[in-house]
Amino acid sequence: MTLLSIEGVSRKFGDVVALSDVTLDIKAGEFFALLGPSGCGKTTLLRILAGFEWPDRGNVRLDGADLLRQPPHRRPVNLMFQSYALFPHMTVAKNVAYGLEREGLPRAEIKTRVGEVLEKVGLDTMAGRRPAQLSGGQQQRVALARAIVKRPRMLLLDEPLSALDKKVRAEMQLELKRLQHEVGITFVVVTHDQEEAMSLADRIAVMDNGLIEQVDAPIALYDRPRTRFVADFIGANNLFTGTVTAGGFEVPGLGPLPCKTDLPNGIAVLAVRPERVRLGDPGRGAADGTVVDVSFFGGISHIAVDVPGHDRKVLVATQGSARIAPGAAVGLFWNPDDAVLVPA
Amino acid sequence: MSGNLTKASETSRRPPGWGRAAAAVFFLAPGLTALIVLAIVPMILMLTYMFFPRGRFGGVVYEFTLENFARLNDPLYLGVIGDSLVIAGLVTLIALLIGYPTAYAIAQLPPRWKTIALVAIMLPFWTNFLIRIYAWIVLLSGPGLVNDALTGLGLVDEPLELLYNEGTIVLGLVYGYLSLMILPIYSAVEKLDPRLREASANLGASPFRTFLSVTLPLTLPSALIGAVLVFVPSFGNYVVPELLGGGKAIMVGNMIRDQFLKARDWPFGATLALVMIVFTFVLLIAQAVASRRVRNA
Repeated sequence: MTLLSIEGVSRKFGDVVALSDVTLDIKAGEFFALLGPSGCGKTTLLRILAGFEWPDRGNVRLDGADLLRQPPHRRPVNLMFQSYALFPHMTVAKNVAYGLEREGLPRAEIKTRVGEVLEKVGLDTMAGRRPAQLSGGQQQRVALARAIVKRPRMLLLDEPLSALDKKVRAEMQLELKRLQHEVGITFVVVTHDQEEAMSLADRIAVMDNGLIEQVDAPIALYDRPRTRFVADFIGANNLFTGTVTAGGFEVPGLGPLPCKTDLPNGIAVLAVRPERVRLGDPGRGAADGTVVDVSFFGGISHIAVDVPGHDRKVLVATQGSARIAPGAAVGLFWNPDDAVLVPA
Repeated sequence: MSGNLTKASETSRRPPGWGRAAAAVFFLAPGLTALIVLAIVPMILMLTYMFFPRGRFGGVVYEFTLENFARLNDPLYLGVIGDSLVIAGLVTLIALLIGYPTAYAIAQLPPRWKTIALVAIMLPFWTNFLIRIYAWIVLLSGPGLVNDALTGLGLVDEPLELLYNEGTIVLGLVYGYLSLMILPIYSAVEKLDPRLREASANLGASPFRTFLSVTLPLTLPSALIGAVLVFVPSFGNYVVPELLGGGKAIMVGNMIRDQFLKARDWPFGATLALVMIVFTFVLLIAQAVASRRVRNA
């Protein structure tokens, strides 16, 4: 069931296009991510949903009702700010109770609900402290508690984990997912961190320059990118620009490369993931090259191969340590099914 | 880590901290000397006069007495001190009621207009205070601009008595010190993270509620600073009551001036000055306590 529908939303700041004809549907109960580099318009979209920004054109409907007509303080949407925006002059409990007090709920109920939510985020012992006395991770939990205690129809999270160090971030990712299942609220997270988006979200909208490039589940986004931007932005990828002809896909300087052509004739880009490329004897693969660098990352190794006629090094990922040394002549192999062709 | 530090300080020629102390002395000396020689010493000398009677033809007779303090307990003097407190309090209140919204509005302006507004607030300071107060006399006098306008519009039949009363003094003081209220509040509102207000709205607070629960508590300490900055010079002011109040000694500042220059009673003048200093100190302490209370509310 569609909870939020965004139709043709555009926004310009002077000459800068922040959003250009964005159309999206977000389902109830979904964990949705808006992913893109900084300046892609994702934060503007979030601020439009929260009511701090207005689109030049377009509609936003929540449960079928026009969201844009409602002032920010009447929207059933809560936002967790990137900087947390905790009230510095209030205790943790007061911060969390603030939204419930605005609803005019009885004191006893407010107290119970604040207690419950603080327990849920593991901060029940910190209720009397002020934000300044908490660590970054704890402040983040307070911000989250303050947003979910209202039981909104939809929770917006602006770069929720960006201020945390790597280890705490991994913990909080799990925590967020668990919470989302528990409270059953629709989450919309804005992030520039693709790992965060991939690990958290049911579906991801990849944005660039105010445009939605692709909306898909994380695995589909990774395996079947539909634009050059997505192929390049999501994970590591080897891209070859060439021409689609009746005979297949041909790259100038390299010749034909194995893939399934489902695009009309013309310029296109072939994307092959490093882990889909295998090394073999030269002369029989898709292309030949020389190993220039081998880096060992523990679980996997990255091998960079210089292919004459191709300006970017081809990256190959293998499990464990690579039994190959720089200078070796190799052939590159991949399955036609593993190579994705996208429009240039 | 600490071992390394000890080693480093052992190898340096001077004991640690010496350089810093020397620098502190060097940089503080000129300012401290000026302060001690030009302000604190004269003030202490002046205040010692409290304990001596005045001479018959002015000056001081060096015989210890507490008579000056006994004289304070006179309804005339107490009344003037009381009036001064009321006037200064009223000035502070009005300055707060005008200054807060002004400061708030300036902080919301686009950057260019912000600068223009702030310059407009500071601009009067480039003109001598006396001249600006004289300008009010020109404006408010019987045949002045304000009366001309009022009679011209037919709002009053004959010119009003706008000058030489307590209302005029309040007006002059508010005019003179309003910017001291606006600037600290402006800087507090300006520094306030706009996301706090957005967060408040997002949690369901109306704009007014947001102001009461977020903006006001977080800017109140600065408003208190503004209040002290306005109250203190208003309380001790004697130029404004002299010019706009018609020279009747109705504020402490004039009374002190009169004791020194007209009655030639330096000891009692010093005693009155002490009363003012004590009030000011009490006020500063009250402001500090109140600010801390607000911050920890």
